[in-house]
Amino acid sequence: MIAALLLIRSTIADVLPDNRADVFYSKYSGGGMDITGYSATARAKITENFAVEANYFIDKVSGASVDVLSQASVIKDTRKQKSGTLEYLHDKTTYTASYMSSVERDYKSDTASFSLSQSMFGDLTTVTLAFANTHNTVGENNGTANDPNVAWLGHALTRSYSGGLSQIITKNFIAGVNLQVITDAGYLANPYRSVRFLDGSARGYGLASQVYPDTHTSTAVQVQAKYYLPYRAAVTGLYRYFTDTWGVVGNTYELDYTHPIANKWIFEGRARYYKQSAANFYSDLFPFANSQNFTARDQNLAALDNITLGAKVTYAFLPDGWKFFKRGTVTGDVSRIRFNYKDFRDIRDFGVFSLPPVAAGAEPLYEFSAMVYQLYVSMYF
Amino acid sequence: MLRSSTLLKRCAMAAIVVASTAFAASSDASGPAPAFTLTTLGGQPSGLSAYKGQVVMVNFWATWCGPCQQEMPLLDQMYKKYKPAGFTLIGVNVDKEAPPVKLLLERKPVSFPVLLDPANQVSKAYHVDEMPSSVIIDRKGQIRYIHRGYKPGDENDYQDRIRQLIRE
Amino acid sequence: MRPRAILLFAALSGALPLCGACSIQPWVKPYERDRLADPIMAWDRDAISNAYLDHIRESREGSRGATGGAGGGCGCN
Repeated sequence: MIAALLLIRSTIADVLPDNRADVFYSKYSGGGMDITGYSATARAKITENFAVEANYFIDKVSGASVDVLSQASVIKDTRKQKSGTLEYLHDKTTYTASYMSSVERDYKSDTASFSLSQSMFGDLTTVTLAFANTHNTVGENNGTANDPNVAWLGHALTRSYSGGLSQIITKNFIAGVNLQVITDAGYLANPYRSVRFLDGSARGYGLASQVYPDTHTSTAVQVQAKYYLPYRAAVTGLYRYFTDTWGVVGNTYELDYTHPIANKWIFEGRARYYKQSAANFYSDLFPFANSQNFTARDQNLAALDNITLGAKVTYAFLPDGWKFFKRGTVTGDVSRIRFNYKDFRDIRDFGVFSLPPVAAGAEPLYEFSAMVYQLYVSMYF
Repeated sequence: MLRSSTLLKRCAMAAIVVASTAFAASSDASGPAPAFTLTTLGGQPSGLSAYKGQVVMVNFWATWCGPCQQEMPLLDQMYKKYKPAGFTLIGVNVDKEAPPVKLLLERKPVSFPVLLDPANQVSKAYHVDEMPSSVIIDRKGQIRYIHRGYKPGDENDYQDRIRQLIRE
Repeated sequence: MRPRAILLFAALSGALPLCGACSIQPWVKPYERDRLADPIMAWDRDAISNAYLDHIRESREGSRGATGGAGGGCGCN
């Protein structure tokens, strides 16, 4: 649902990157959800200084998420996203302008962004500034998957300001720091999620709509470094700190290792640990109805941590090119993410209906594993 | 906040002063061309002294440098065209190891001499500050022009300078 | 607050290109960038894949932003 605002487009501010076309397949499976994605991307230089890129992405979602309480039927939806980017290189500066549009039955999103990347101090330093503006229209499907009835609930406007600094430290070592401030205003909740509160009923709890603040500002800072190992390999480390006006604090730690073999293979391993504290208006079970001005029970705002282990293999089936292709590769990438919630309970599989019955608030804490698969073919020309 | 705006002002002033030389790809230069002796891929020693009395272009390139590879075929054409008039092009390769250079030249051969500078001594002596760089030296052994970088169309600039020096 | 932020952003965007020629001598010379030019040293070797993973994380986590990287490479031209 949320369109990713890619902060720092990969720029090497002295030559525009090579022409490239990718065909991409992805699958996410976990927590009762299955999402299959297909994508095609192509970028080409029109002149030495001017390049264009176009991307089309289609996502098919199916499944029943654990906290979707109001719908008995399975979710099924298709999301279509398209984007276009222009890149212009003048001396040591790269200017980029992009537009992205994402449409699904109950959510529309449009983003326009602009960035500037400047190479300086003998091309050892790169400074990037970027700005993006997103308009979202949020709706709710009150019908079923096969017989939809979408009611449009509101709009949200998001503005993102970001800056990045990348510095070559030695001939083996490059480091960087990014800062991104994002502010949103408008309808910011997920309409399908509800809060629950104790009410003395047979089930033990009643349901109500979430009430979110209509503004949100977040700040994220990421530091990262890449080091070249003498036998030809690369190790990357990164740390990101996130904080926002909703009380969420998130810490991300990631370590990557890349190992090539000759001109033909590249193996990559990835380990990531993420931990966040809950939003200050989040609760798994409120003591009574309307106990707070703002209430949420969205999984994304709970206290949680997750661990990702991933492996990626790239094989160059055309290592030296063929006709007008300079290189062709095929890549497979598999990740396993294990989610653990500290204050979000599994009320889909446990409650007064389970054997033995479980009282409201005593359900086990939710945890699940997800597998993410990617397969893509990349042609360089 | 205040410190960064002062730094920006100072950078802007320095930039305006340096702008004319920094932004122009090809600039006038002067001074005697430092002598050097390097080996060819075949292991034979060779150097600038072998081409005394000729107009020489020393082109610094690497297998990992995209624009360098883009200009190689054009440099080859230029070498063949002006060689009879007393011009030589020396390709000084800065790769740390020879095998990738050999592989590249087997697939895309050139007719001008290629010398290897893995210790980067010659690159340092010529103050190479951009890849690729082409240093044009006159018949008397004096450096006359330095061309930094390569963009399609720069070969016309090279030819103009070379023709001018050949006529001298 | 916000109009000032936009003005500052615009001012920096205008000033940055002028700073391309700030003269500090680079301690890693252009002919020493072979390792940095190696594709394994790129921040975003596969940008589509990285964008997809970011999207998955943002959909399930409360954090967002500050991902990606620029710079490095051969520094040619």
